[in-house]
Amino acid sequence: MSWTEDQPIVSLKDVHKSFGEVKVLRGVSMDIQKGEVICIIGPSGSGKSTLIRCINALNDIQSGSITVEGIEVSDPKLDKLALRKKVGMVFQQYNLFPHRTVLQNVMMAPIKVLGQNKAEVEQRARDLIRKVRLEGKEDAYPGELSGGQQQRVAIARSLAMSPDVMLFDEVTAALDPETVKEVLNTIKDLAADGMTCILVTHEMGFAREIADCVYFTDRGVIVESGPPATFFDQATDPRTREFLSQVL
Amino acid sequence: MDYSSILDWLWPDWFFNLAVVSDEYNRGRYLAGLWMTAKLAVVSIFFSLIIGAIGAAVQGAQSKTLRVLVGFFVAFFRNTPPLVQLYFFYFAIGTVLRITGDNGLPQPLIGNFGWAIISLSLFAGALNVEIFRAGIEAVPKSTVEAAEALGYTRLQIYTDIVLPLAVRISLPALGTNLVNLVKTTTLAYAIAVPELLYVSAQIWSEDLNVREMMNVLLISYVGLVAILVWVLHRWEKALRIPGYGR
Repeated sequence: MSWTEDQPIVSLKDVHKSFGEVKVLRGVSMDIQKGEVICIIGPSGSGKSTLIRCINALNDIQSGSITVEGIEVSDPKLDKLALRKKVGMVFQQYNLFPHRTVLQNVMMAPIKVLGQNKAEVEQRARDLIRKVRLEGKEDAYPGELSGGQQQRVAIARSLAMSPDVMLFDEVTAALDPETVKEVLNTIKDLAADGMTCILVTHEMGFAREIADCVYFTDRGVIVESGPPATFFDQATDPRTREFLSQVL
Repeated sequence: MDYSSILDWLWPDWFFNLAVVSDEYNRGRYLAGLWMTAKLAVVSIFFSLIIGAIGAAVQGAQSKTLRVLVGFFVAFFRNTPPLVQLYFFYFAIGTVLRITGDNGLPQPLIGNFGWAIISLSLFAGALNVEIFRAGIEAVPKSTVEAAEALGYTRLQIYTDIVLPLAVRISLPALGTNLVNLVKTTTLAYAIAVPELLYVSAQIWSEDLNVREMMNVLLISYVGLVAILVWVLHRWEKALRIPGYGR
């Protein structure tokens, strides 16, 4: 199946996922168009992180279907490299490679995984480091940076692979309030450039400002979704309203 | 109070009267023994590191049979005394492994030096397997996941991410084991490998200078281990990552 840009770039249909006896996702469906910014919110344990981890095959699913640009993620013969070239991911704990400098962290994957020319990759890496406003930190090691700086390196590292979709898994949850903003601004820049972004987040203000569509998950299902203006002010489901009343 | 007797006791005549310095014949034997001990130590360290790396890699393999085999190997060498292992190799296996020599008589295929190397390498190697495995397991799963998400293959993750971090985590425990290995080379005395303890015993039984030779022995091992510790320390320093572990 070949994918064209008018079709959803990421599509989930009736996705079920359980860890042993625990059912984490119980029939999740969503379609995401190219260039859209999606925020997934919900109480902890509602399956939001699992949901986006399934999109780049870090977790496998039991039934249903996930496609990214037409690639069937649940296919047992999935070409993981082809999928991961298209999907970048940023984690809550940054997960940088601690034994490599900032520049090396950004350059490693394009050289090693994609086999790209080192000089070109370095040029692009330096541009990306500038884009996440970390120029001057190229030769620092992750352990020498603040959490917010590390997280921006993680974003640059992911962007160096030139993905079409970016997944953000609670990327500001481990940061202190001051540095949250610098990371959110970086994501905002990305979204403004037209990157398709799927975010799991607890930053309601940010979701309201940036999202094209907000999804509320609870106990493995999507309870409610909609554009932020209607979602935040006119939520209809009692569970959504209860959650929003606690976090807003 | 007579202080001089205490001083005599603290600094007796024999303390600095080191037989290996004054006597040329003894010096030759001592240096040969020191050289043999150094060879035993360096060669056993080398092979024990290789055994440890392979064993730890196999323990992460898919095949259950292989993992169980490595488990047995580690348990066998960790749970039996190294002297018994040495005797087992030299007297049990060594007497079976024979070839016919040039003179038509059966000869051992592997000599006592060879068995000492094999035995010491396997003993220290088994412990190195555990040390490296602990290092590998201490690499955060989330770091591995980040590499997976970037499209790394299993092998690339192992060579580029897991090993460089695991080696750093393993170094302190590895140092302890290798220091022990240097000291364990004295067991080769039991199968008549002419190493430091062996030649020292020769010297003291001929010259009846046990006390002096005890000093020689202790100082020699302090020196040998100090060299190893210095090398390990340099290595640790070279691998240190700025800001890591804080």
